[in-house]
Amino acid sequence: MAKAIESPVLERHGLSDEQLRAMLRNMIMQRTLDNRGFQLNRQGKIPFATGSEGHEGIHAGAAMAFERGRDVLAPYYRDIGLCVGIGMEPLDALLSMFARGADISGGRQFPNHYTNKKLGMLSVSSIIAAQCTHAVGVAYAFKLRKEHDRAVLCTFGDGATSEGEWHEAVNFAAIHKLPVVFLCENNEWAISTPREHQMAIRDIVQKADGYGLPGVIVDGSDPIAVYDVISAAFGRARSGGGPTLVEAKCYRFLSHTTDDDDRTYRTREEIERHRHLDPVPRFEKTLVEHGIMTVADIDAMKKDVLREVNEVTDRAEALPYPEPHELYTNVYEGTHEPWL
Amino acid sequence: MAVASTETTTLNNVEAVRQTLYEALKNDPRTLVMGEDVGARGNVFLITKGFIEEFGAERVIDTPLAEASIVGIAIGMAMEGLRPIAEIQFADFIYPAFNQIVGEAAKTRYRSNGDYTCPLVIRTPYGGGIRGALSHSVSIEALFYHVPGLKIVAPSFPADIKGLLNAAIEDPDPVLFLEHKKTYRSVKGEVPTGHYTIPIGKADVKKAGTQLTVVSYGLYVHQALDAARQLESEGLSVEVIDLRSIRPMDRTTILESVRKTRKLLIVHEDNKFGGIGAEVSAMVVEDAFFDLDAPIRRLCGPDVPAMGYALTLEEEFMIPTSRMAEAMRDLVAF
Amino acid sequence: MSTTITMPQLGETVTEGTVAQWLKKVGDSIEKYESFVEVTTDKVNAEVPSPVSGVLTQIIAQEGQTVPTGAPIAVIEEVGGAPAPEPTTSPSEALAAPLAATPAPVPASASAASNGHANGAAPRGGNGVVNAPEILRRVSPAVRRLAREHRVDLVAVRGTGQNGRITANDVLASASQGPSAATATSILEAPLPAPTPDAAKPATASAPKPSYGAPVPGETIPLSQARKIIAQRMVDSKHTAPHAWTMVEVDVSGLWKWRNAEKERFQRDHGYPLTLLPFFVHAAVQSLKAYPLMNARFTDEGILVHREINVGLAVALDSNLIVPVIRDAGQYSISGLAVAAGKLIERARAGKLGADDLSGGTFTVNNTGANGSVLSAPILNGGQAGIVTMEAVVKRPIVTKDDAIAIRSMMNVCLSLDHRVVDGAIASAFLVDLKKRLEAMAPGGTL
Repeated sequence: MAKAIESPVLERHGLSDEQLRAMLRNMIMQRTLDNRGFQLNRQGKIPFATGSEGHEGIHAGAAMAFERGRDVLAPYYRDIGLCVGIGMEPLDALLSMFARGADISGGRQFPNHYTNKKLGMLSVSSIIAAQCTHAVGVAYAFKLRKEHDRAVLCTFGDGATSEGEWHEAVNFAAIHKLPVVFLCENNEWAISTPREHQMAIRDIVQKADGYGLPGVIVDGSDPIAVYDVISAAFGRARSGGGPTLVEAKCYRFLSHTTDDDDRTYRTREEIERHRHLDPVPRFEKTLVEHGIMTVADIDAMKKDVLREVNEVTDRAEALPYPEPHELYTNVYEGTHEPWL
Repeated sequence: MAVASTETTTLNNVEAVRQTLYEALKNDPRTLVMGEDVGARGNVFLITKGFIEEFGAERVIDTPLAEASIVGIAIGMAMEGLRPIAEIQFADFIYPAFNQIVGEAAKTRYRSNGDYTCPLVIRTPYGGGIRGALSHSVSIEALFYHVPGLKIVAPSFPADIKGLLNAAIEDPDPVLFLEHKKTYRSVKGEVPTGHYTIPIGKADVKKAGTQLTVVSYGLYVHQALDAARQLESEGLSVEVIDLRSIRPMDRTTILESVRKTRKLLIVHEDNKFGGIGAEVSAMVVEDAFFDLDAPIRRLCGPDVPAMGYALTLEEEFMIPTSRMAEAMRDLVAF
Repeated sequence: MSTTITMPQLGETVTEGTVAQWLKKVGDSIEKYESFVEVTTDKVNAEVPSPVSGVLTQIIAQEGQTVPTGAPIAVIEEVGGAPAPEPTTSPSEALAAPLAATPAPVPASASAASNGHANGAAPRGGNGVVNAPEILRRVSPAVRRLAREHRVDLVAVRGTGQNGRITANDVLASASQGPSAATATSILEAPLPAPTPDAAKPATASAPKPSYGAPVPGETIPLSQARKIIAQRMVDSKHTAPHAWTMVEVDVSGLWKWRNAEKERFQRDHGYPLTLLPFFVHAAVQSLKAYPLMNARFTDEGILVHREINVGLAVALDSNLIVPVIRDAGQYSISGLAVAAGKLIERARAGKLGADDLSGGTFTVNNTGANGSVLSAPILNGGQAGIVTMEAVVKRPIVTKDDAIAIRSMMNVCLSLDHRVVDGAIASAFLVDLKKRLEAMAPGGTL
C-alpha cells in the first residue's frame, strides 16, 4: 500500500486508511447492488428496483459515524448503502429484491424496505416521513432511560420535509433536545417534483431555524465531509446538545424507481450537468491521489464486490418464496384467527 | 379474568381510568403518558391530575398540538421498548393520527414479520350526549375496527375499564382504548382492588335472557340494560351482551347467545351504515343462519355526520331507552 | 238494549273482513266472550268473542260476505235470555246410520278445513290450523330447520308471532305434542271449519237461497268456505298422489252373526251402538301392523312410516265432511273402538270436536256401504298412503270350498292407494290379510 501523500492535504477527520477503504467498498457495494437490482428487473426476474445512484457518499460517510450496537437508524427506502454500511448483509438486500421467505420481513416488503432490530435499523415504511416521529420516540426512550451515549440517525429525502409529520417530529425533538440527527439526503427530486416546487426556500436547513435546532449543509458527494458533519451531530446529540438538521446535497442520477421514467420530467443534459457530483469516481480519485489505494486496488475491489454480489444473487435466487400460509402470521402476537 | 383480590372499591369510570394509569406508572417504569394537557393541567377530565408532580415531566409529557406525532413518537418509543400510553384529547381529533395508527402502528409487526412490535396504547374519550356538538361527540371505532393489526376496546363499566386498560398496557400490540365520556362520572361500580387484567377479545353477558340477544357497547349498554330490566317486569326475557372488545370481537359469545335466543338486536351510538352492527350482523348470518327466527335488527345512530349542538338535534341523534325497549319488544314478539 | 256488533279489525293493516261462518243462529243466546262468529281476513282467521251477553236477534252480514272494518254484522239483544235448545239428535240416532248423510254418490273421503281456520268446532287454540301461503312464505331459517328436524308440517302449526308468523317456539311446541302432532302433509289433513249441529242452521229473513242442502236447478250455489276447501283438497290429493285401486270380496257372515248377537247388550252397557265399524277397524289395524307401508306417507326425503296407527273415520255431516281420528287405534279392543268411534261421532254431531280429534290421522276408513254402494273409489285423505271402504253387506250366492252354492253375507272392501308408496302387490296383500281377519270373525270372539 502506498503511503499517504500530503498534496493536497486530505482532511480525513480522523479516519484511518482502512476506514477510508471501507468507505469506498461500501460505495462500490451500493452501486453494484443497485445495478444488480436494475439488471434483474430488466431480466424480468424481479418486478421492481430502486436505485440510489448519487447517494453513495452520504451513505458511506454517515454509516462510518454510526455506532453499531448503540445507535439506531430510522432509514427510508433509498438507503441501501447506509444500511449495508451499518452492517446489513448484501444477501439481505438480494433476499429483499427477490422477496424470498428468508428475507427478514418474510418477503412482505418492497425491496429496500428493510428491517433489522439486531442492527438497530427500524422497519422501513413507504409512507414518506412516517419514520421521523418514530426516530424521535426512540431518542426519547434513550433520554428517559438515561442512555446518554446513544443517538438516532433519521434519514429522509427532500420531499419528506414537506410532510406535516416531519415538522411535528423536528419540533418535538427540538423542544426536548433529543439525541436525533436528522439527515436530509437532498437529491433535488421528489419523483418528478424538483426542489423549487417542493419549497419556497433554497436550502432545507433554513427550516431548522424555524424549530430552534442547528442546521448544517454538507456536500453529499464527499463521504469524508459527510462523516465529519454527521460525527459532529452525533457528538452534539450524545452530549445532550439535542438534534441537528444536516442537509447533504447530492443528485439522483436515476429515475425514482424502475416504474418511473424520468425522461418525462427532466432532460439527459440536466443529468449530465450534475455528473461531476457522482461521488464514486470522485472518491476513487481522492483515494488514488492520496495514495490510499491504487487504480489496480480499486479494480480488484470492484471485482471482489462483484464476485460477492454475484454469489449472494445466486444464493438468494435459489431460495423459495414464502409459503402462502405465511400471509396469516404476525398480525398480532400469537395465533391469528381469520376473523380477528 | 385474573383478579388479585376479592376486595372491591366503588369507583366511577373516570376514576377507574385514573387509578389504573396511576398504578401503571407507579409499577412499570417503562410506562409513560403523553398527550395534550396531560401534564400540568392533569388532562381535561383531571384523569392525570397530580401525575406530573409524582412521576415527573419525563413520564407525563405535555405534547405539542400535533396528533400525528403524539402517536408517531409513541410508536417509536414502543418499538424501542417503552410502554407509552398516548392520549388523543377527544376522539374527534384523532384523524391526523390516522396515518400513524393505520399505516404504521397496525403494520409494524406484520411488515417486519415480527422483527419489531408496537406495544402502544392510545386512549381517547368518545361519544355524545354531553352537548359536545360536532367535534366532541363522535364515535370512531368504525373507522379503525376494519384494520387488522389493531386492537380496539370500549369498556363502559369501571371494573371492565381497569381490567382492560391493564390488559391494553401489557398487550404487545397497539390498542385503541375508547372511553365514553358521558359515562365518566355517571357510571359507578365495584372494582376489585389490586392488579388484574381482563382478556381483550372477550365480551360479557351483563344480563342473561332467553328470548332476544342484544349486543351493545359504550353508553348504550347501560340503557340497553335498563330497557331489558323493564321488559323483564313485563315478562320478557332479554339477554344483553356488552361487547367490551370491538376488535378482536367475541364471536363465540355472540353466536352462543343467538343460537339460544334466535333473535338479535344490535344497539350502538355510532352511525348505522358500516358501523359495528354491520359486521356483527354479517358474522351471525354467516354462522347461525339456521338458528335465526327473525331478521337481525340494528338500532343505531342516524347516518348524519354528527349530532348538533342544539339540544333537539342531540336528542334526535341519541337513542332514548324507551326506543330501545320498543325495539326489543318488537323483536321478542316477532 | 240492542248492541250492534261490528266487523273487528284483526291486524293493524287490515281494512275488511269476511264472515266465514256463523257459530250461532238467530234466536240463540250468547254469553259474553263466547265465540259467535268466525271471521277471516287476508292475514288472520279468528273466532270473534261476543262483547255482551244476550240473544242474537239479527244477522246483518251473511256467510261469505266481506265488509269493511267497523261495518255492522249482527245485533245482539242484551237480555238474560233462556239458553238455546240442545241439538235434537241423540247419539244413538246419529250413529244408526253412522256415516254419510250427503246425497253424493261417490263419498268424498278427504277431509278439508277452511283456509287458516283457527280451530275445528271447539273454540280452542291448537292444531286446527291451515296456514295461508303468505305465512308459509315468511318462515324463518330457524323455523324451517326445526320443522325439518322434528318432522313438523308448517302448514298446520299455529303461529303466535306477529301477523300470525310461525315462530321457532311454535314449531317446538307443536313437536312436543307428540310425533303425530301436526303431521298433516298438506292442506288436506287439517279439519274443516266447525260443522254446525244439524239442527243449528242460520235462519235468514229473506227467501230461501239455493244451498248445498237445498240445491235449486238453474241456480248457482255459492261456495261455502268448507266446500271451497273440500274442492281444493280433492284436487290436491288427486294431483299429488297417483291413485291406484283394488278390492276384495269378504265373507262377513260370521262377523254379521257375531255383531247381531252382541249389539243389544252392547248398546245397553255402553250407551253406544255396535256397528260393523269397530270390528273392521280392529282388523284393519292388525293388517296395518303387518303391512306398515300402508300406514305411511310419501315425502321428498323418503317414505315416512308412521310410528302410530291413527285411524280416521270419514264422517259426513250436513254439507261438511270431517274425519275424526282414533289415535293409536291399536290400543283398543273392538268394544273400545266402538266406544271411541261413538264418542267421536257424537261430538262431531254436536259440533264439539277438538283439534286433537281431527288431526294426526295415518289411515282412513270410510263406511260407504251405509249409503248402499258396493264399490267405491275413494280419494286419498291428507297424503295418506291408503284409504279403505266398507261397502254394503249384501247377501249373495257364492261357491264354497266344496264347489257347492251357498248364500253368504258379502261385503266388498275397496282400497285406494298411493302408488308412490306401495304397489299392487303390497296393497293386495294387505287387503287379503284384512279379508282373512274379517272372515275369521265369528260369534264367541272377544269384543
